[in-house]
Amino acid sequence: MITAPVTVPEREHYLNASYGLKSWLLTKDHKRIALLYLATITFFFFLGGLFAVMIRLELLTPQGDMVQSETYNKLFTMHGVNMVFFFLLPAIPATLGNFLVPLMIGARDLAFPKLNLASWYIFTIGGLFTLYALLSGGVDTGWTFYTPYSTTYSNSFVIATALGIFIAGFSSILTGLNFIVTIHRMRAPGLTWFRLPLFIWSHYAASLIMVLGTPVIAVTIVLLAAERAFHIGIFDPAIGGDPVLFQHLFWFYSHPAVYIMILPAMAVISELVAASARKRVYGYEFVAYASVAIAVFGFLVWGHHMFVSGQSVYAGLVFSVLSYLVAVPSAVKVFNWTATLHKGSIALETPMLYTFGFIGLFTIGGMTGLFVAALGLDVHVHDTYFVVAHFHYIMVGGTIMAYLGGLHFWWPKITGRMYPEILAKLSALVVFIGFNLTFFPQFILGYLGMPRRYHAYPDEFQVLNVMSTAGASILAVGYLLPMCYFIWSLRYGKIAPDNPWGAVGLEWQTLSPPPVENFDEIPIVTHEAYDYVSLPNGSVTPKKEANVR
Amino acid sequence: MSAEAHGAVFHAPRAHQFDTAEQQKDASTLGMWLFLVTEIMFFSGLFCCYLVYRWFYPEAFAAASHHLDVALGGFNTAVLICSSLTMVLAVNASQAGKRRALVAFLILTILLGGVFLGVKAVEWHHKYVDHHIPGPSFHFEGPNARQAQLFFSLYFVMTGLHALHMVIGIGLLTVLTVQARRGKFTPTYNTPVDMCGLYWHFVDLIWIFLFPLLYLIDRHTK
Amino acid sequence: MSEQSLSEHSISTTSYYLVFLALMVGTALTTWIAYLDLGWLNTPVALGIACTKAMLVVLYFMHVKHGTKLTKIVAVSGIFWLLLLLGFTMADILTRGWLGFPGK
Repeated sequence: MITAPVTVPEREHYLNASYGLKSWLLTKDHKRIALLYLATITFFFFLGGLFAVMIRLELLTPQGDMVQSETYNKLFTMHGVNMVFFFLLPAIPATLGNFLVPLMIGARDLAFPKLNLASWYIFTIGGLFTLYALLSGGVDTGWTFYTPYSTTYSNSFVIATALGIFIAGFSSILTGLNFIVTIHRMRAPGLTWFRLPLFIWSHYAASLIMVLGTPVIAVTIVLLAAERAFHIGIFDPAIGGDPVLFQHLFWFYSHPAVYIMILPAMAVISELVAASARKRVYGYEFVAYASVAIAVFGFLVWGHHMFVSGQSVYAGLVFSVLSYLVAVPSAVKVFNWTATLHKGSIALETPMLYTFGFIGLFTIGGMTGLFVAALGLDVHVHDTYFVVAHFHYIMVGGTIMAYLGGLHFWWPKITGRMYPEILAKLSALVVFIGFNLTFFPQFILGYLGMPRRYHAYPDEFQVLNVMSTAGASILAVGYLLPMCYFIWSLRYGKIAPDNPWGAVGLEWQTLSPPPVENFDEIPIVTHEAYDYVSLPNGSVTPKKEANVR
Repeated sequence: MSAEAHGAVFHAPRAHQFDTAEQQKDASTLGMWLFLVTEIMFFSGLFCCYLVYRWFYPEAFAAASHHLDVALGGFNTAVLICSSLTMVLAVNASQAGKRRALVAFLILTILLGGVFLGVKAVEWHHKYVDHHIPGPSFHFEGPNARQAQLFFSLYFVMTGLHALHMVIGIGLLTVLTVQARRGKFTPTYNTPVDMCGLYWHFVDLIWIFLFPLLYLIDRHTK
Repeated sequence: MSEQSLSEHSISTTSYYLVFLALMVGTALTTWIAYLDLGWLNTPVALGIACTKAMLVVLYFMHVKHGTKLTKIVAVSGIFWLLLLLGFTMADILTRGWLGFPGK
């Protein structure tokens, strides 16, 4: 297993245990389901990316010359819907999380494997509804579906899209439920809560949001669809309904949903920082608690999306102050990652490059989040490109950076093959440059007053928009490259050892790729996570003798 | 009973990912409770709408509520409480290994659920006849006609989603009854009965709140 | 923890019948009180009775009284998040009229 001959030594693992389409479509193995998810969300990622490309092309010139305004409305809506609901929300939890949660806690599978498979089917069916809406003519309400436009005036396929999101929501609920039960009930002997990797803590926190928040968006969508289909007028101002109430219900989920997207990214970064610096994460307990704190505080701040709606100014004040609260645990994490790197022996492989990218870009995104959380300043930048740039720094600069970093880091474990390091480093660089060139100009554009969701703009904004479009094309290359060499590596990549990074997590102690039931023998955990001091080379198979500290 | 249960516990069907049947049962129970929490949050959106609009339009809500039939609503509440009792007795019977009692209580629960849905259908039909179905054909006499439509929209969505949960519950209980007749459940393995019981009680719970909130607004003013 | 889940059946059926009786009495009570004029108290009383009934169902029929601590935490957290949604939404609704111009 250690040498790298051309042929794979024959050994049964989860990929070759059975063959054929049926063995994949009916699998209950969390590792295979993770790969099913990986394929599905990659499709939606590139679909959403296609819309992004078209948006950026339209904005290359000040005139609305490539598409009409109605088409443009559909483009940004479909971009948002695809990216938020069908890529970012499941991106890390359903792929890396699904693959790694049982491995990291030393379990044979998730608690409910059938439910896990069902959640993939539900997700796919939801995606098909959205694709149907897209092919029939699209939807133009923005991904936020604000009433009364969405219920009364829009002539696009609102119900089909909403139904797709409703259905996909259940897959999110089931994944979250499965994770929580698994983390509570399936941990290996000796694996106490404070020996858990921070990856698990963050996924636990994200799962809490999935379980507590997602049902609210589900019922909101039911009300929206009922009102649109039967004209029952729950949010209709004509009979006394309150459109702002829709926004309350929508953001009660959709703000915490941001943390469903970023918490798993933080999960990945915690692992990558520790493994690359070969140190215990500084202030482990604080980072663990910070995850849960972010999940809880995330539910208290949704009104900051509604500062300029009809929401009362007093509620706005409260939401503004509470929004600042979220910065505290987020900052705790950033500071502790940085402190972990301090005097670490840092290995500058591709995952670490993405980690650096994440920490810097997330910090910029988070800091500008404080700008827009300030009631007074938000009135100025609300609905401008400043907000667009802010959340793309979090979602793209944060979540996708971590997603790619994590994918590189665990690729040897998932496939048993190494990715090409030099090409990967190059593409990490391309992503970083392309990202910043795309989105940094948008901060300036927004601050100068360019509103979002328009396909034409005054001439003086063109230089910055051209920069942004140029950056987007570089970014597109940066995303296509990994896809190409990942696929290439499946066949031609070097055979990966069981633990290429010398990391100490339980997932590295089993084979690459793991056997069907993950471990030949369920490990007994005697060390805390990231114990690089007593396990210097990471190459621990936990020895049977009790080495209790 | 308890000692016997412990002795026999490892004979219960167990999925490969669990070490023991107890672990499996604990996982199921936790999973079910988390699911019930998602159900609470699902209905919370409706309760939130109700709270806001009742705060905005108390007179319209009272006027509209007076068009609901307290007798039928109260009867249905009693029916549902009875069904909860038969359900809990079914769970009890399955834990005691009394197969015939289990089947009998399950069937009783299904019947009571059916009665509830039947009465509900009669009430909805009354609303249809009175043009109280929200939408273009909605008609309401009185000063708060427009806002009264909000009450009826919420009434139909809330009772409708509640009834949908009842239908699902009846479906689950039917499957359970078939399995129980075949003797699938033993004192050591009765998790499905337990879980369906939790679900059924939850549906009862929602109705316990819907009844006063929808039917009993300011009845004394009529 | 798991011992408790196995010994749920130790609750005697008598307590089930007592809870059932209380629930029926509560239903009758709340209906009767709805026809009395208690002023602003009508709704709080109705909700109080409903909450009491719900507590009985949760504690006895759903076995939370003899359940694990985790079950209790999960149940309470559901109610807590329900109150978060209602509370913060009402924080907006209740303070909307405070500034003397429309829309704020």
